[in-house]
Amino acid sequence: MDLVSAQVPAGFPETHPNELTEEFYLNMGPQHPATHGVLRLVVKLDGETVKGVVPHLGYIHRSIEKMAESETYVQNIHLTDRLDYLSCHMNNLCLCMAVEKGANIGVPERGEYIRIMICELQRLQSHLLWWATFGMDLGALTAFLYGFDQREQITDIFEDVCGARLTMNYFRPGGSYCDVPDTFIPRVKAVLEGMEKSLDEYADLVGGNMIIQERCQGIGVLTKEKAISYGCSGPVARAAGVDYDVRRDDPYGIYDRFDFDVPLGKNGDCYDRYTVRIEEMRQSMRILEQCIKEMPSEGPYRSKIKTVIKIPEGHSYANVETARGLFGTYIVSDNKPKPYRLKYRSPNFSNVNIIDEVAKGFKVADLVTVLATLDPVIPDIDR
Amino acid sequence: MSFFGTIWDGVGEMFDAIFNGDWSKENQIGATVRGWCGENETLADWINAGISLATLAAIASLSAMVLVYFERKVSGHMQRRLGPMRTGPHGIFQTLADGIKLFFKEGFRPKSADFFTYYLAPFIPMMGSFMILAVIPFDQHLQVANPELGIIYVAAVAGLAGFGLIIGAWGSNNKYSLLSGMRSGAQMISYEVSLLLAILLIVLVSGHTNLQEIIKTQEGGIFNWWIFKLPVLGLISFVFFIITTNAELNRTPFDLSEAESELGAGFHTEYSGICFSMFFLAEYVNMLIAASLATTLFLGGWHAPHPGLDYPGLGWLWFGAKTSCIIFLYFWFRWTFPRLRIDQMMDFEWRFLLPASMVSLLLAGVFMSMGWYIGD
Amino acid sequence: MTEVDKHGSRPQNLGAFEREPEKQDEEKPKQGMIARYCSLIFGGTKSLLTGMKVTIFTFLNPKSTVTQQYPENKDTLEMKERFRGQVIMPHNEDGEHNCTACTLCEKACPNGSINVLPTKNIAGKKILGKYIYRLDTCTICALCVEACPFDAIRMGQDFELATLNKDSLELVLNKKEGRWKS
Repeated sequence: MDLVSAQVPAGFPETHPNELTEEFYLNMGPQHPATHGVLRLVVKLDGETVKGVVPHLGYIHRSIEKMAESETYVQNIHLTDRLDYLSCHMNNLCLCMAVEKGANIGVPERGEYIRIMICELQRLQSHLLWWATFGMDLGALTAFLYGFDQREQITDIFEDVCGARLTMNYFRPGGSYCDVPDTFIPRVKAVLEGMEKSLDEYADLVGGNMIIQERCQGIGVLTKEKAISYGCSGPVARAAGVDYDVRRDDPYGIYDRFDFDVPLGKNGDCYDRYTVRIEEMRQSMRILEQCIKEMPSEGPYRSKIKTVIKIPEGHSYANVETARGLFGTYIVSDNKPKPYRLKYRSPNFSNVNIIDEVAKGFKVADLVTVLATLDPVIPDIDR
Repeated sequence: MSFFGTIWDGVGEMFDAIFNGDWSKENQIGATVRGWCGENETLADWINAGISLATLAAIASLSAMVLVYFERKVSGHMQRRLGPMRTGPHGIFQTLADGIKLFFKEGFRPKSADFFTYYLAPFIPMMGSFMILAVIPFDQHLQVANPELGIIYVAAVAGLAGFGLIIGAWGSNNKYSLLSGMRSGAQMISYEVSLLLAILLIVLVSGHTNLQEIIKTQEGGIFNWWIFKLPVLGLISFVFFIITTNAELNRTPFDLSEAESELGAGFHTEYSGICFSMFFLAEYVNMLIAASLATTLFLGGWHAPHPGLDYPGLGWLWFGAKTSCIIFLYFWFRWTFPRLRIDQMMDFEWRFLLPASMVSLLLAGVFMSMGWYIGD
Repeated sequence: MTEVDKHGSRPQNLGAFEREPEKQDEEKPKQGMIARYCSLIFGGTKSLLTGMKVTIFTFLNPKSTVTQQYPENKDTLEMKERFRGQVIMPHNEDGEHNCTACTLCEKACPNGSINVLPTKNIAGKKILGKYIYRLDTCTICALCVEACPFDAIRMGQDFELATLNKDSLELVLNKKEGRWKS
């Protein structure tokens, strides 16, 4: 059997044959259950031990940034749904905020609350899906269904609010395209109640499980310096000890009104990334509870704007904290309804590129664990 | 008419023997056959052998089908869903439909796979399962063969299944399969040690290697079963037995050789159709065998929990009930636990299970010499 | 500080990284090896049993089943009011379409899925001739419905949009022959 391919794959330094062992290259993906999409990892293995990982991107490149130049700002919102489809409300919000900054559009009070609540619900939803797939990647298939059960209730709220379950296209410059229905607040309350119970159950089933702890603690350690130098953000960076959350340090919308903590990890290993995300869910629930108390029951949900939005010549930038990290939109405009150039800064691109640093020296199974806790969404990497 | 009449009479005689015969002395089916053949004992042996083999094949395929169905149902209800619901009422024909589909599916062989090993591999685990099934004592007289070294025979043949996986993994010429094959090889060899120590403990305390004799030492109610008869130690070694058989069966949390989120499908990545279903079938028959062994060694085999309930000829009902409980335990483990990593699995075996089994074996010797038994 | 500067991060945000770490819990006294071994075994067994408790309670509680049997429950399926299916063009009370062929929806559509072909009636007034809607390129973004000032189109409730014939995805909404039936 010819396991050692004659050609060294791209991205690896040339290897010198060893008399004792033979290293071989394993092609993980583009179709692999653990890569959550069309990510391709070329893994250099010595037995079960990972010697190096080279991620190959671009399998789902759709040139969304170029497409953006031929569509108006409002039309572009539905394209941002297709970046990180698990935090599409936040992506929508980011583009809308960049347009609002450029065109000087304000958002009414109720609209701001709607935005925050929807975004935090989306963060809960995304983290629940992450928890579900995390369990599945580690072999606990029951966790997958439990996570999806809880996520489904939040997805139902989204369907109630904007009619879509995945590609929402809900926010518009100046607010959102429709008001939330009357059932919104009671349903959010019901979800929060269910979440409290579910989080305890999750701790019983996965979080406290010895096998999970043994498989995650000390695995895939990301240091603070590496996290900063690779540009990681979101739970991945916070688990490594980088104390940065856009919601707190560069508050957008009305996030500065809420009282919430930014959970930090100590070791930067997979278990820290797990606990940070679980804790983030609790913090999102805290924000939602505050929102329910303070949200004005009446008032406009969207400020009146012109049908055709034109941004004066110049550039504007906005960034939000999506479920996976810092998402930025940079618009260069030339006083036309369409952007001259639109650039998205996606968190997953940076987060996935650390995989070689953190998975090297561990086993193949740990590579899967690392990938599960990095929680990449592949369409966001390639755009 | 007369021909069918004779056959009908024969069947009636057989049923009469099965339901009214004295099962406490001998197997009534075999006795009836011997009665028909009269002097010609060779013919009677051949007919009895044919009946036994046919029954074994039926048990193997039927139990696999039933187990697959129940596994899907149990997993469904544990995961807040219903499991198969479409084919037949509550989906009871689902596995039959799956089996038919697998049977007619194209068996696809990769171009670079090794022809001989690729097609040899699926039959080895299946063969091993059938060979062990022949010595499982379903009742006092429902057993195809009763060798004196029954438990040793089981342990020897159980090692065959691992070869099938390794050969299949190597013959597929797939890197994922190779990793899986190496994993399963390491796993099988390591866990067999602890499995044998757990078996040896029972052989030590019961003083027999014959499966029927082991069961007979547990006569007389629930507290005479080895799991309770040896205070605490019996329970501990039962747990060890369940853990090691779980590992031998390649089921979660030890399903490293099939780890679908890491290796695709592991050793059967390249198999499809009937070859795949052979692996699949063997997996479930092996589960039945492991549960039967646990019943035989620790739970009193075909004995009822109370001596008053021990009707001759109905022991297989008790045996089946106990076996089902163990199988449910396997289901329960699989749908709760995540997977271990290869080095953790090895650590668990060599750093915990093996020393602990050895200590329990030593303790069993102490218990035996001091006569620390519960029950009679 | 220097650590970060070396990697060329944005200077204005450096403060965020330099935040004082919270006081860490005092480190537990180091366990002996045997104590750790035992706690691993017993704590581990306990954690595994806790997990098993969760699944067995779910298994024994038939109310925990949340799935719906989809094609069977088609009649009782509850649809959300704002559900976004394909674009449909409903009739008003007079049995006519509200559309005035203003082509705002055509301009709002990001994918060019809508073509409005106006015609003139006898009085010479511009009216709707043909409203062509291509379901295959539609991303169901509802921008057209938002743009329509006359409430002439809205998003339907039909979600079974799969078809065997690609040609049937090009619909004419203002005629009865389309997919949509009133």
